[in-house]
Amino acid sequence: MRFFEYESRQVVKRAGIPVSPHGFATTPEEARRIAEEIAAPVVVKSQVLTGGRMKAGGVKFADTPDEAAAHAEAILQLEINGHMPRGVLVDSRVAVKQEYYAGVVWDGTRKQPVMLFSDMGGIDIEEVAETHPDHVGRRHVSNLLEVSDYQAKEVIASIGVTGSALTRATPILARLARLFVEHDMTLAEINPLAQLEDGSFVAVDAHMDMENEARPRQKALLEELGVGDEETRQAREATPFELAGEEVDAQDHRGVAGNVTEFDGNLGLVIGAGGGSLTLFDAVRAHGGKPANYCEIGGNPSVAKACGLAKLVLQKPGVDKIAVMMSIVSNTRVDIVARGVVKACLELGHDPAEKIAIFRIPGAWEEEGFKILERYGVEYCDRSVSMHEAARRAVESVERPEADRRNQNAGQDVPSEVTQ
Amino acid sequence: MSILIDADTTFIVQGITGREAVNLTRECLDYGEGAKIVGGVTPGRKGREVHGVPVFDTVAQAVEHHGAPIDGSVVTVPPAFTKDAVMEALEHGIKLIVIVTERIPRRDVAQMVEKAGYVGARIIGPNCLGIIVPDVVKMGGIGGPARDAAKAYTPGPVGVISRSGGMTTEMSSTLTAAGLGQSTAVSIGGDAIIGSSYAELMGLFEADEQTQAIVIYTEPGGRMEAQLAEWVRENDSRLPIVAFMAGRFMDEMPGMSFGHAGTIVEGKADTAAEKIARLAEAGIVVAEEISQIPDIVKSKIAERSPV
Repeated sequence: MRFFEYESRQVVKRAGIPVSPHGFATTPEEARRIAEEIAAPVVVKSQVLTGGRMKAGGVKFADTPDEAAAHAEAILQLEINGHMPRGVLVDSRVAVKQEYYAGVVWDGTRKQPVMLFSDMGGIDIEEVAETHPDHVGRRHVSNLLEVSDYQAKEVIASIGVTGSALTRATPILARLARLFVEHDMTLAEINPLAQLEDGSFVAVDAHMDMENEARPRQKALLEELGVGDEETRQAREATPFELAGEEVDAQDHRGVAGNVTEFDGNLGLVIGAGGGSLTLFDAVRAHGGKPANYCEIGGNPSVAKACGLAKLVLQKPGVDKIAVMMSIVSNTRVDIVARGVVKACLELGHDPAEKIAIFRIPGAWEEEGFKILERYGVEYCDRSVSMHEAARRAVESVERPEADRRNQNAGQDVPSEVTQ
Repeated sequence: MSILIDADTTFIVQGITGREAVNLTRECLDYGEGAKIVGGVTPGRKGREVHGVPVFDTVAQAVEHHGAPIDGSVVTVPPAFTKDAVMEALEHGIKLIVIVTERIPRRDVAQMVEKAGYVGARIIGPNCLGIIVPDVVKMGGIGGPARDAAKAYTPGPVGVISRSGGMTTEMSSTLTAAGLGQSTAVSIGGDAIIGSSYAELMGLFEADEQTQAIVIYTEPGGRMEAQLAEWVRENDSRLPIVAFMAGRFMDEMPGMSFGHAGTIVEGKADTAAEKIARLAEAGIVVAEEISQIPDIVKSKIAERSPV
């Protein structure tokens, strides 16, 4: 879960790291007041959860409070990469002697946090690491012991920083590492960490990302920052279609039928689960198919949930057919999913044989499931048909002209009671 | 032979009275030669039985009742209590811990793994389905009920390692259908930090005579594949590796996670394209489709066999 810059600054500040004088505003008037308080030239920054603010005109410099208010008014209405700003940060323009970088991230291979420090701040650290590796210091810290200041000192000294810069930056990096651990961050970054003309250090910009799984135990911090439970803070705002998917999944606690992501194709997908969904989504695209959505189904959801998900996908504008596919299931029952998707078609007045391009779910209770599908003339297959082959058939079915399809199916009996 | 577990492996199930754990216990008892589940632990439920397995309040009681060290534990307790359960198991000498639970914050996982390292124990998972040695024993929900697991898994020369539990079974079933059995299949979990990565299991497969090839299932996110490529370069492995990479579409959607918590493209090195390149550089064949895997494995085994 990502934090806005103004929240990240607060997180940094409450950990005892100095920050430049600033304030958060949601109106031009508030921006003016903050600029007046700072009583010096300021910079007005859009508060959006996306990059490229500077390029988009979301960062502007102001010499007077009036100018700050005018900039705030413009920036508050400026959409950046599809995001409207939450507000603006009015920040003092500090006289910087040198820009540094301080950061903490996880190393998934070593399975420990790693502290990073560079004397080339203000630019992307990955870029610095590539072009000037000798300007990036790093070291891992134990998960079982408290972070010690000497560890931060070693990182900073390793790139040749000494004197008062070393002694002043050391507690900042150590505190950053402690807050990273304490608050379950996946990224804690101060960039730039500015050394001012008087030798002191302040955080001028900060980025924080907290692990979603830790939100329940970080409630106190989130409340303090005013972050509500309903704020998912994903890389992309959820669409109404995706929110409807969450509702389907929330209707009962049995299994999963949701995690919907919207795409703009014509083939609706009811697929599962974690790795199976990834494989099947790729497979559809590899065969030239255009998925209308991504989703996940697994853990033995109820008929109602499977039905709800299928209905949601079937009703999405532009969807011609749905493909119901999973890797071999052991705890999800094939017959329950079959019943759910057939029911969805019928309730919407569709012929399941027409609307379900293919049903490929092998595994537990498959005989019972296949019987249901047979009754409604739905094309299905077992594990002898690979996931990719099933995806190919689904794509072919949805792309094939209707008349052609009818010819091929001539002679197949569709029970009249479900076609009406 | 097999890696990690065999017919003699004794283990407990922590959180055994939960619905999923009850099923998992049944499945493991029924599969192959029948797992040696010597106890279950759920605080406050001492004295009960789950499918004939005695339930205890503490791991210490289970060990005392067994009268000898216990080899492993399957941990199925809720995420907020998992770290505590694992620390308890480690304290009482358990050396192989399979963590089924998902949604555990990675700080907790990292602490458990580091602690396990100090005491010479190994963690598989979290967010995994466990380990299966075809026709012999399974530890975890992998493959499902005994009857279903028997359909998908069969003994043979291929070691399977997968970040997806379900895909472990799909790939093994594809191998089985092509006449290629498995030595051991391990579902290693879909989280960003896990107890045992591909590279951390390779040494065991290398030392296992039965294993002649490795098949891996992989996804975007993390650096585990680069670590495997490095392992292959550093160790003159006798084992050919065939990989399948799912989630290629995610390369176009940085910052979003699909399927598993660990699948998020945070940097260039996390992308499917980059991983495929790293694996290929190390001589690991990346199959386009799962159905191609058996033929590739057969030809690789034939190449390496002494004439």
